[in-house]
Amino acid sequence: MPNQLIHLQHVYYQYEQTEALKDITLTIDEGDFLAIIGPNGSGKSTLLKIMLGLLKPTKGEVLLFGKPAPLFKERELIGYVSQKSNAFNTGFPATVEEVVKSGLTKKVGLFHAYPKNVQSKVKDALTSVGMEMFAQKNIGDLSGGQQQRVFIARALISNPKILILDEPTVGVDSENVRSFYHMLSHLNREHQITIVLVTHDVDAVSKSISHVACLNQTIHFHGFQNEMNSMSDEQLEAWYGHSVRKVNHQNEVQL
Amino acid sequence: MIEAILQYQFLQNAFISGLIIGVIAPLLGVFIVVRRLSLIADALSHVTLAGIAGSLYLSQSIGALALLNPLYLGIVASVTGSLFIERLRRLYKHYEELAIPIIMSAGLGFSAIFISLAQGFSSDLFSYLFGSVSAVSQQDLWIVISIAIVVLLFLMLFYKELFVLSFDEEYAKASGLPAKWIHVLFMIVTALVIAGSMRIVGILLVSSLMTLPVAAAMRIAKGFKQALIFSVLFGESAVIIGLVSAYYLDLAPGGTIVVTSIIILLLTITLKK
Repeated sequence: MPNQLIHLQHVYYQYEQTEALKDITLTIDEGDFLAIIGPNGSGKSTLLKIMLGLLKPTKGEVLLFGKPAPLFKERELIGYVSQKSNAFNTGFPATVEEVVKSGLTKKVGLFHAYPKNVQSKVKDALTSVGMEMFAQKNIGDLSGGQQQRVFIARALISNPKILILDEPTVGVDSENVRSFYHMLSHLNREHQITIVLVTHDVDAVSKSISHVACLNQTIHFHGFQNEMNSMSDEQLEAWYGHSVRKVNHQNEVQL
Repeated sequence: MIEAILQYQFLQNAFISGLIIGVIAPLLGVFIVVRRLSLIADALSHVTLAGIAGSLYLSQSIGALALLNPLYLGIVASVTGSLFIERLRRLYKHYEELAIPIIMSAGLGFSAIFISLAQGFSSDLFSYLFGSVSAVSQQDLWIVISIAIVVLLFLMLFYKELFVLSFDEEYAKASGLPAKWIHVLFMIVTALVIAGSMRIVGILLVSSLMTLPVAAAMRIAKGFKQALIFSVLFGESAVIIGLVSAYYLDLAPGGTIVVTSIIILLLTITLKK
C-alpha cells in the first residue's frame, strides 16, 4: 500500500459568509502527480493553503505525513511554489543562487549558518531544473518561465518528498509551459517527487499528470487522468458550473 | 580637522557615532526598502520626536528629571510606535498602509502639544530635528554603540530568515518560519536605529539615511550581498563627507549628509544610464 503523504478528511473552509470548500475528502499518495483543476473561485488555492497548513479548516481533519497538520513540524518535506512567485518584486536585488539557497532556511534552523556544502546543493538543485547556467544572474533579469524553474529549485534544495505548486505557469508562454510540465514530469518519474499542482489549464498538464481532482467547492471527480472520460455531461456541468462540452481527442479529454 | 577631532571630545563622539550609524542605518535600510516599508521609518521618526519633545518638557517642568537624556524617552516612544504600527497593520489587513499616517500624525500631534507646553522651540530641540555635530554627548555615544551591537547581532542571527521574509513572505510562512515574531523584532530594531540615528542626522532626516544609500546601491548591485555592501559604503561616504562639511561650513549635519546621499544617488543613476 502506498504511503499517504497528505490526507484530508471531510474538510470545510469558510471565508466570513462564503463557503469556499465543502466536505473535501482527498488522499495524495507517494508518487502521485495530481492536478487539481477547477474554474476561477472554485477554492483551488484555498485547498492548497489548507494542505500547507497556512489555513486551518473550519471543520474536518488534515493529516500531513500521517500527523495532524498542527503537529507536523518537518516542513522541509513539503516544497511550495506559490502563485505569487510569478508576481514577486522583479527589482529585488537577489541572484538566482541567493534565492535557491534561501530554500534551506527552515531546514538549517534559526541561529545556524548554511552548511559548508551549500554551493553544491544549490548547483544540484539548479541542474535538476536546467538552470545551472543562471546562478549568478539577478532573479529579476530572467523570464517568467525561468523564474518559476528557480522557485522550483528553491523548493527542491531541501529534498522535499512532495512539491506543491499553485498555478505555476501563469504568465509563462505556451512553448515554455510545455517544457515546464515536461520538467515536472521528469522530477516525478526520475526523482520520485510527488507533485500536486492547481491549474485551470487541464490541456497543458494532461500529458504529464497521473491523477486529476476536479474541484468546485467540493470534489466532483478524483481518479486517474484517463478515467476523466467517465465523467458524464451532468457531472461536468455540476463541476464547471455552466454548460461544458467534452471532446475526446486521441484518448485525451479536452473541455 | 583631524587635529580638532583629537582635541575635542564632542567631535570624537559625533564622528564615532556617525560612523556607526553610517553602517547600521543603511544595513537595516536594505531590508526596509526591499520590503516596501520605507515610509515606516518616517512614521517612527515622528513618534520619536514626540518622545524627545515629551522628555524635554518633563525635564523642564520636573526638577528631578532635569538631567534625563531625551534619547531614552525617544527610544521608548519609537519602540512603542513600532508595536502600534504592527497592531494597526493587522487590524486594517486590507489597508495596511493606513498604519503609517495614523502613527505619523499621532507622533506629530503629541510633539506639537509637548513643544507648546514647553513654551517654545528650544535650540536643543532644533538639534534633534536636524542633527548636530556638537550635541552628541558621551552618554549618547554609548547608547548608539549599544544599539549597534543589538542591530548587528539581530542581523547576524536572523539574516537567512529576513532574506526569505523580504523576498517572499508567503513562502516564508509556508516553510514554517516564525514570520510574525521575526517581523515584530525587525520593527523594534528599526525603531532603535531611528532613535539612535537622530542625534547625528536629525529626526526629520533619519529615514533618508536608511533609504537613499540603498536606492543608490540597488542601481548597481548584483545580488543581495552586494546591495548590503554598497549601501554601507554609500552610507559611510555620506556620513563622513556630510560631517566634515557640516563642521567647516557650520551647517546642520542632517542636511549635509542627506545632500551628499542625494549626490551619490544621482551619480549612480547617471553612471548606470
